[in-house]
Amino acid sequence: MEIMPYIVEERKDTGLFNAKLGIWLFLSSEVMLFGALFSAYVLLRTGAAHWPHGSSILNVPIGAFNTVVLIASSVSMVFAWAALKENKFGKFKLNLGITILLALTFLVVKSFEYGTKFEHHMYPRTSTFLAIYFTLTALHALHVIGGIIVNSYFWGPGAKMWQADPARFTNRIEIAGIYWHFVDLVWIFLFPVLYLL
Amino acid sequence: MSGAHDIKEEIRKYWKVFTALLILTVVTVAISYLKFGLAAAIIVALTIALAKGSLVACFFMHLISERKLVYVILGFVVFFFLSLMLLIYASYFNVPPGVKIVS
Amino acid sequence: MPHSREDPHQPGFWRKYIFATDHKIIGLQYGITGLFFLLFGFCLMLLMRWQLAYPGEPIPWIGKFLGESRAPGGIMLPEFYNELGAMHGTIMVFLGVVPLVFGAFGNYFVPLQIGAPDMAFPKLNMTSYWLLFTGGLIMLASFFLPGGAASSGWTAYSPLADIAPVGQTFWLIGMVFLVNSSLLGAINFIATVIQLRAPGMTFMRLPFFVWAQLVTAFLLLLAFPPLEAAGVMQLLDRVAHTSFFLPSGLVVSGEPLNVSGGGSVLLWQHLFWFLGHPEVYVLILPAMGIVTEIIANNIRKPIWGYKSMVYSVVFVGFMSFIVWAHHMYLTGMGTAINAFFQTTTMIISIPSVIILTCLFLSLWGGSIRFNIPMLFALSFLPMFGIGGLTGLPLGLSAPDIHLHDTYYVIAHFHYVVAPGTIFAIFAGIYYWFPKVTGRKMNEILGHIHFWPSLVLMNCIFMPMFVQGLAGVSRRLYDGGQQYAHAQAVLPLNEMSSICVWLLGLFQLPFIFNLIWSLFKGKKVTSDNPWEATTLEWATPTPPGHGNFIKVPTVYRGPYEYSVPGAAKDFTPQNQERI
Repeated sequence: MEIMPYIVEERKDTGLFNAKLGIWLFLSSEVMLFGALFSAYVLLRTGAAHWPHGSSILNVPIGAFNTVVLIASSVSMVFAWAALKENKFGKFKLNLGITILLALTFLVVKSFEYGTKFEHHMYPRTSTFLAIYFTLTALHALHVIGGIIVNSYFWGPGAKMWQADPARFTNRIEIAGIYWHFVDLVWIFLFPVLYLL
Repeated sequence: MSGAHDIKEEIRKYWKVFTALLILTVVTVAISYLKFGLAAAIIVALTIALAKGSLVACFFMHLISERKLVYVILGFVVFFFLSLMLLIYASYFNVPPGVKIVS
Repeated sequence: MPHSREDPHQPGFWRKYIFATDHKIIGLQYGITGLFFLLFGFCLMLLMRWQLAYPGEPIPWIGKFLGESRAPGGIMLPEFYNELGAMHGTIMVFLGVVPLVFGAFGNYFVPLQIGAPDMAFPKLNMTSYWLLFTGGLIMLASFFLPGGAASSGWTAYSPLADIAPVGQTFWLIGMVFLVNSSLLGAINFIATVIQLRAPGMTFMRLPFFVWAQLVTAFLLLLAFPPLEAAGVMQLLDRVAHTSFFLPSGLVVSGEPLNVSGGGSVLLWQHLFWFLGHPEVYVLILPAMGIVTEIIANNIRKPIWGYKSMVYSVVFVGFMSFIVWAHHMYLTGMGTAINAFFQTTTMIISIPSVIILTCLFLSLWGGSIRFNIPMLFALSFLPMFGIGGLTGLPLGLSAPDIHLHDTYYVIAHFHYVVAPGTIFAIFAGIYYWFPKVTGRKMNEILGHIHFWPSLVLMNCIFMPMFVQGLAGVSRRLYDGGQQYAHAQAVLPLNEMSSICVWLLGLFQLPFIFNLIWSLFKGKKVTSDNPWEATTLEWATPTPPGHGNFIKVPTVYRGPYEYSVPGAAKDFTPQNQERI
């Protein structure tokens, strides 16, 4: 038996190809990772004598802007996959490129936010609010960077697989997309918790 | 899932979801300026976040067209995540009389 | 793209044996690495036990090589004792046992037992192994840092771990590598078992070994991330001076700490034990799986209560996520929370008992073959029984007030892991050695390994229950010498130490046997020398790339021994007619 089954076609009883189950399992572990940090946030805030309102420390309009940026990148990501389903490789490249650019925009805005904090001598060590803010958003940003790397690979050298095995390549983009949507999903919770409460 | 017609349907859905997400983002930011009490603010913010998250998960991540297996796994994950958070939270409040938690 | 056996694109030495993607090679890599760390972790204990038996006396032979920072004049410093303790625990758990029971046995035999050509994600599998290897190197390197290796226990409680020397930082970085190795491995295992079962291999026809590994994988997948999050936070506390786990007003050596404060020490404990408890099931479940395979094979009849065992192991996995704070009864939590965790802890003991009972009941009426794997597997049953039963007073919060952090705890968990899991590891090695190498290990050396090990394990750990009941705390570098309540039980220290050193001596026949049999062991004359029913025995010996010559079809359950009317006393899973 030489060939690995269910790389492209779905297994009948689960309705999944291998990588799709793999990515959902990975995301399950990520839910627990961010979940633990959210739990830390809850305990630290509960035990704190004084906890600042998010908007008194963080810039809500900038955070809201970044939220929109990330949501837009999620849309362009799913359009990239849909383009492959329509056999429109050019449209795929355009949408994936937009996704990567929007992700970079998010990071630029984030580093601007961090920069302003540091200028005002506000570091993770300054308070537990800032500690958990920096940790949560930095971990999230690391995941954004990971997504940019993966998406860039598929935009560039990885796109060769479209010629050789289009179905498998489409699956890979779907998987990359599911990961990217999760990154967006985490921010959908991070933004209100840190900025608005 | 095949057919150009199906995918065009999907694309239309994605635009609708995008619009909904944008609207919900505006709502959640706007509401935050209304200065509710903390408990109410948490409930509102999390409800909206849950709605947005569900839209992303169901439609962008295709969760709505998955079969039972993925739901079962995610169900357990949600249960364990909530147990972690709620039991840690509860343990903070349940202390013997006369004991003070220092932080 | 199909490739045949005589593939001109055969991978070179490096891709085949070092950066291998074949689950069998990776399994062997985990096996060799795991055995090395098991031995190393054991040697740390051999050193510790000198200090416990003869506190303050220079260590013979090795003492002069340890250096002034660890053992001036050959006499072990308390700080070094703490390093040995913390690293013994860390290495045994994360670099010894888990890589062996999950990484080695799991990787090698799960795909074979389900009829798959490999793991679902071979390259991810390779990444998992090299992450483990790197984490292990970081842990070993930490011994050479100023201040030495981590010394705050394998549990690394804050605030002590926050202010410990730089070895703790290496420990945290090492743990990040080990955690990610396990996470990626868990994804692979689950996807493989769900997606790659051969035709006819339904879930209720899976060997119990595979069920145990599947549940273990879920535990690793969902319980490790909170520890990783906690590890990152402790790292930030140490390096970026945050106060995640540092409450306000901490004073160290007379100086107030220059941090914001406001953190919670209990937060570390909650996040650590959220992993810590499922981790102990990670240590035991694969062992139960190995033991079940060997017992089934050597009683020549089906396992009694297979279905109950499957439901029990799944239930154990589920419950293991909501019992963790029984490690925290004495942290000042209130009675309601303590009662909650006490209740879930009592409930979780039930499926464990069911599994053990089914294995015991299976023996009744069996035609038992007492080969070396079976001796180890059989002894697992009462040893795990003792370990499990002695966990009960620890799981109940009232007696735990007296027993928490005493030698009773050390005895309890060592019974489960040492004559428990490690004996299962030995059993698995003796059992599956013929499939991997085509040779059998030597029986006589096996007996010389087994009988003294069984006796000595009990001589080492049984006295520790007595010491714990007397109130002797764990992690005391002089074994309790300074305490009045420990005086009566102090002589037991010397006894345990001598028995540990003897135990070390009797592992030498095993090490010799393992290596010698690779070259000179008696060759087996069949692909299925133990006459077993499960699919790993339906491959060539050793299995080649792709494992099965053609995809097997499964027609029956995993333990069809002595089927009425069958010609032989075993009917393999892929055999259609009896």
